[in-house]
Amino acid sequence: MSQDKSFPTHPHAEPVTKNAWRKLNAFTDARVGLGRSGISVPTKHLLAFQLAHAQAIDAVHTQLDSAQLADALMEQDWAPDCAPLLLHSRATDRATYLQRPDYGRLLDQTSAQKLDKHSQQHSQTSYQSYDLAIAVVDGLSSRAIEQNTLPFLNALFSHIQPHKLSRKDTQKDNWNIAPICIVEQGRVAIGDDICQRLNAKCVLVLIGERPGLSSPDSLGLYLTWGGKVGYTDAYRNCISNVRPAGLVYQEAARKAFYLLNEARTLKLSGVTLKDRSDDERVIDTSKESENFLIS
Amino acid sequence: MANQHQFRNQVGERTFGFVDLADLMAKATPARSGDRLAGVAADSAEERAIAQMTLADVPLNLFLEQLLVPYEEDEITRLIIDEHDKEAFAPIAHLTVGGFRDWLLSDIATPAMLIKIRAGVTPEMAAAVSKIMRNQDLILVAKKCHVKTAFRNTIGLPGHLSTRLQPNHPTDDLTGIAASMLDGLLYANGDAVIGINPATDNVQQATNLIKMMDDVIQHYDIPTQSCVLTHVTNTIECIEQGAPVDLVFQSIGGTQATNDSFGFNLANLAEAQAAALSLNRGTVGNNVMYFETGQGSSLSANANHGLDQQTCEARAYAVARKFDPLLVNTVVGFIGPEYLYDGKEITRAGLEDHFCGKLLGLPMGCDVCYTNHAEADQNDMDNLLTLLGVAGCTFIMGIPGSDDIMLNYQTTSFHDALYARRVLGLKPAPEFDAWLAKMDIFKNNEQFTLNHELPDAFHQSLNRMIGGH
Repeated sequence: MSQDKSFPTHPHAEPVTKNAWRKLNAFTDARVGLGRSGISVPTKHLLAFQLAHAQAIDAVHTQLDSAQLADALMEQDWAPDCAPLLLHSRATDRATYLQRPDYGRLLDQTSAQKLDKHSQQHSQTSYQSYDLAIAVVDGLSSRAIEQNTLPFLNALFSHIQPHKLSRKDTQKDNWNIAPICIVEQGRVAIGDDICQRLNAKCVLVLIGERPGLSSPDSLGLYLTWGGKVGYTDAYRNCISNVRPAGLVYQEAARKAFYLLNEARTLKLSGVTLKDRSDDERVIDTSKESENFLIS
Repeated sequence: MANQHQFRNQVGERTFGFVDLADLMAKATPARSGDRLAGVAADSAEERAIAQMTLADVPLNLFLEQLLVPYEEDEITRLIIDEHDKEAFAPIAHLTVGGFRDWLLSDIATPAMLIKIRAGVTPEMAAAVSKIMRNQDLILVAKKCHVKTAFRNTIGLPGHLSTRLQPNHPTDDLTGIAASMLDGLLYANGDAVIGINPATDNVQQATNLIKMMDDVIQHYDIPTQSCVLTHVTNTIECIEQGAPVDLVFQSIGGTQATNDSFGFNLANLAEAQAAALSLNRGTVGNNVMYFETGQGSSLSANANHGLDQQTCEARAYAVARKFDPLLVNTVVGFIGPEYLYDGKEITRAGLEDHFCGKLLGLPMGCDVCYTNHAEADQNDMDNLLTLLGVAGCTFIMGIPGSDDIMLNYQTTSFHDALYARRVLGLKPAPEFDAWLAKMDIFKNNEQFTLNHELPDAFHQSLNRMIGGH
């Protein structure tokens, strides 16, 4: 039997063989140099992996606490006068959400009516339509939303001057911000449904991204000018991996503000709106990054 | 009623009808979320079973007459029909789908016979028969389909399993990439290809990465090939600019509209293949293409023409085999739970894709993988890896600790490949196997025993990076 020959009969003295190159993990998050038990992953690293996977699964399946998030948002000094609107997609639960992306792109009937009603009242009391709708959507990681929403929006509103009825602002840099929409079981495109119903000029979606094994908390940002139901990704600009260990809040806010201003000036978004916020920064190929495998 | 349904099947008091061949194929497909999302799946388990019985009675000839995607609209349909080999088809021309299953499982279908009929089998025939085969059937027949390819080493020999070393890094950091490459090579991985998914996808970056991998392959004289998984048009530009390109990559789908959404057509692939061949960089063979596929891509691009996702997938293999690839990889669990919901559906799809690819003559590998929003885990991957190893899968992926920190999904690790080698006695490509011995990475190639010490050739590099260790 060739299979029998495959197994060594002269074992090494130690069950776990360590790798001399383990220290390379100082230069990468990849799981290099784990060592081996025979040819298998050692117990310590097996269990660390299982924990990371468990956290990622929990990020997907833990329900967003919308009410608590709404309370926290209302306390911010930049908060719109109207309280956040709590909304839900047509995906009734997580299992449906995961299998029917089409349901996650549209608001359920109650939510749609809630928005339509707000929009109607707004148009009766104000001559100014909304410049920006902000949709905070659970997506695939409620953890990303709970952890990153406030710090990111605080950073964003250090750039944006929200226009408030209580103040007499006339500066053109001011933005008339719609009540923040918090959406459960939503996909990116639900922002278009919201934008359309609120008759907002553009929509910024904050959404929990698909969790990675070492990034269960990654927030994605999607900007659409004049979002309408049926728009594809080609109409959106995306900023990805917003989290403390990824794209930090100040940087994400700087990029988002750049795109918002460009969209407002050009009245468009998506593939025709190029993110040139980093144009002054050349890619530095010399910096520390080197192929040490060749001399 | 009668003219609404091309196929009808009466069972007891009930009559089941199927509108056309596409409808019948879709409803005969083992259950999966993507077909439900597309609205083409059977409504009940009974309807699925009846559809399978009805499909089993369909003559293979019908697939040459009733085209699932119109000939005029789709260059892949034209490719399938125009290049169908009647002579190769002759030994199976009289069979129904059900009869084809029996024939494939029978001792008539020797490895030599399966090579002989290859060009007579269309993707739709392969897809149809797979729908009425159990997992063990898919494994048994795939194992009889031998597909050998070569570039700097020989891929796909019976009793062998190769690995793609996939040293992805979220910012394409060369030190990070080199660290993963070193890890992989010292775990005896990388004979299929060293292939990077670039984080920054443009010609300049692809060229940087191609040069980096070429430097390593030359420095250590590794009998393997490199690939940057960038768009085919980028790779053509890289070649024009003089980059040392080994393999040309492209993600491909099974309908022209899918490939339109990917931004390429068959002419682009022909141009790229010719460009790569002109470099003449292969030493033992000239297979210069690397394709990736995956069920669900056509629906995702709104380009499925009402077909089930597995039939669309099989049609992608017609594209692949036109260009004599070194490697074809079905990235089975990457697309997410809206197409393949859980470990069971991913496993089934992986075995179907491997079977259909092999039957059509492709060097079929599988990215045994899942995302964190799918109902799947490492145990599901262990199962699929083992099944594919038994089925004679050409290659799998290898990454450090199963964690792709750039693409954010989990695939097989360097360790996993060694597991499959030991339990199934599967060896790396022979040229690479000899290199592993020469470099002192394998202490015993028969028993897949790694060196307990750092092999001498790597001391200097590692010292420069981390000092005394």
